[in-house]
Amino acid sequence: MLKTFPKGGIHPHENKITSAKAIKKLPLPKTVYVPISQHIGIPSEIIVERKEKVSIGQVIAKSGGYVSSNIHSPVAGTVTKLDKLIDSSGYKKQCIVIRTDFKDQSNFEIIDTPLQTEIKLSETEILQHITDYGIVGLGGATFPSHVKLNIKKDKIIDYLIINGVECEPYLTADHRLMLEKAEEIIVGIEILMFALHIDKIIIGIENNKKNAIDNFKKLTTNNNKIKVAALKIKYPQGSEKQLVKSLLKREVPKNGLPLDVGVIVHNVGTIFAIYEAVQYNKPLIERVVTVTGKKVKNPSNFWVKIGTPVKDLIDEVGGLPEDTRKIINGGPMMGKAIKNTDVPITKGTSGILVISEDEAERKRSKNCIRCGQCVFVCPMGLEPHLLMNLTEKRMYEKAFNEDIMTCIECGSCSYVCPSHRPLLDYIRFGKSIIKKLETDKN
Amino acid sequence: MTDSVLHSVLLLTSLGVIAAIVLYVVSKKFYVYENPLITDVEDLLPAANCAGCGSPGCRSFAEKLVNTEDISNLFCPVGGNDVMKSIAELLGKEVIEKDPTVAVLLCQGSCDMRPKTTQFQGPDSCAISALVFSGETDCQYGCLGKGDCVEACLFDAMYMDKDTGLPIIITDKCTSCGACVEACPKNIIEMRPKNKRDLKIFVGCMNEDKGGIAKKACNVACIGCSKCFDICPKGAITMANNLAYIDPYLCTLCRKCVDICPTNSIIETNFPPKKVKANVKPVKIKTDA
Repeated sequence: MLKTFPKGGIHPHENKITSAKAIKKLPLPKTVYVPISQHIGIPSEIIVERKEKVSIGQVIAKSGGYVSSNIHSPVAGTVTKLDKLIDSSGYKKQCIVIRTDFKDQSNFEIIDTPLQTEIKLSETEILQHITDYGIVGLGGATFPSHVKLNIKKDKIIDYLIINGVECEPYLTADHRLMLEKAEEIIVGIEILMFALHIDKIIIGIENNKKNAIDNFKKLTTNNNKIKVAALKIKYPQGSEKQLVKSLLKREVPKNGLPLDVGVIVHNVGTIFAIYEAVQYNKPLIERVVTVTGKKVKNPSNFWVKIGTPVKDLIDEVGGLPEDTRKIINGGPMMGKAIKNTDVPITKGTSGILVISEDEAERKRSKNCIRCGQCVFVCPMGLEPHLLMNLTEKRMYEKAFNEDIMTCIECGSCSYVCPSHRPLLDYIRFGKSIIKKLETDKN
Repeated sequence: MTDSVLHSVLLLTSLGVIAAIVLYVVSKKFYVYENPLITDVEDLLPAANCAGCGSPGCRSFAEKLVNTEDISNLFCPVGGNDVMKSIAELLGKEVIEKDPTVAVLLCQGSCDMRPKTTQFQGPDSCAISALVFSGETDCQYGCLGKGDCVEACLFDAMYMDKDTGLPIIITDKCTSCGACVEACPKNIIEMRPKNKRDLKIFVGCMNEDKGGIAKKACNVACIGCSKCFDICPKGAITMANNLAYIDPYLCTLCRKCVDICPTNSIIETNFPPKKVKANVKPVKIKTDA
């Protein structure tokens, strides 16, 4: 019996078209557009000027506070503009535009470098490297990793969970990484074990990635500290709270973090970035991105420099199909449609999904028939239909009392609704209003 | 027969008497004094319960008016100066006369002036649309056209123009309660003084982008060229963030800025049509309703 979380969840079509395609290196983009707010928290502060020459890995925007992160130049070149450009949020945000000069590419071409297993740094040095090299959670939430790893003394952490679930349909970035860089990821885990003094590790992988599970099992046969757990295929298992529940049967408290039940959860992509930062002093300047879609000619996985416009990736997979309706940044469940193809790849982009006319069409919303499907699938045990009605009627206080803020925005409710009601749209809206009301109050 | 009638009459009468005594005692014991003026003031108020004054309803506003000493900063926008004057007479307090204001839309980005580059498929609501992205056009400051303001208006003073995709404010019906200003997620509705004969001049744009980008997104965008700023004889125009703003209290309605604006983004309302000079482009006059 495979492990999974007990409440709710759905199983959408997997459509993992690219799972057998090795990660290719994307040709160097001519120009990169690096937004300064690629993470949750305070935007970074720009420390370069126009016409300044930058080298690969140079800090171009300094961390703006504690919950913030450094941003490094992904290419060597010249800063041509500091301008506001549309990023994946749909709004114009401050970006650093760098033109590549194709000259100095000597540093950090280390995807192909040999495995380095020996950990030379001390605990504090490791954490310092993670802070300095701009590592953020690469699962999608882009929470600065150094904040997650900076544990207060009174908290007891006994488990480190490595999130290789990748429950979003279509995406295969983490899957490919687990196949191709498994040894490096194991070293990355050892680094964290050493730095945080944790000796119980679980790698959670969904059962549709059998080769990745076998791969890790083979590598950890002599290591009794690291366990590999196969999980039942169910969305949204990749969410922290659900994963902790699945693997350890521990319930993360409402408005709490996995830290409160003694667990730290990290994505496999983050672990690989930590490995590179600690062993090779490489900042987070590139990541794996899946470019896919049912009608895309040649869907693949790529190593992409942060700041590369989506256009470059789409050209690489054979251009946009004719009846393209939407391009989604991320997976089909939680991703967000982007406004145009000039939008840059950021640290949080795990996939670019091209969706055609017939797939993208949103059916007309009808009245709620009280079937209870949304309640049945909600992994947080909420009542989405009620929350939507309350938000629609502007009864925010009641919605707050019905725990609207614990919604993880997985979209399962909207997915199953037979009346095609925009449940998640309204819940998100209600959450944003309540957040605003709370900040106004303070 | 007579017995039963007598019994029931007696029973009911005694019940009535007992209840009357109880009610009398309770009403004396728990009597709450209420200033009778409150009801009088409430009768004078328009009973719209729009919350434009800042109080949740007309009754609570009446309480506030009666209970506060200095009511010069309290104002009922729906009733206006007449109502406030009669209330002041009743209460023997003083009020300051205010210029009547009216809501204006600071966006002219109609469908043909500001082409749509994307499409929003979610629910018909500006607030939700604004949460997701900057809007269907390339201008991230302008009207989203989903009609949250129309829905918020309690006085039927707004409707959506199907051709332009923009809301239209019926000036005569607008009570300047401010519900639309609050409802708009882009803050493009402003309360401006009505002036004589509803003559108004204002910049119909909120685009803070640089000139070229703004113009590319919208044909009638303010490009921040400062021509109006230079020509204004009264210094009523200020420039900030590539955007001109006309101070309604300094503006003398001379219309010089309207003529000089290269993108026609300054709107004049209800002025008589100008004698058209040969070399001046005819200015589009936008009338309300």
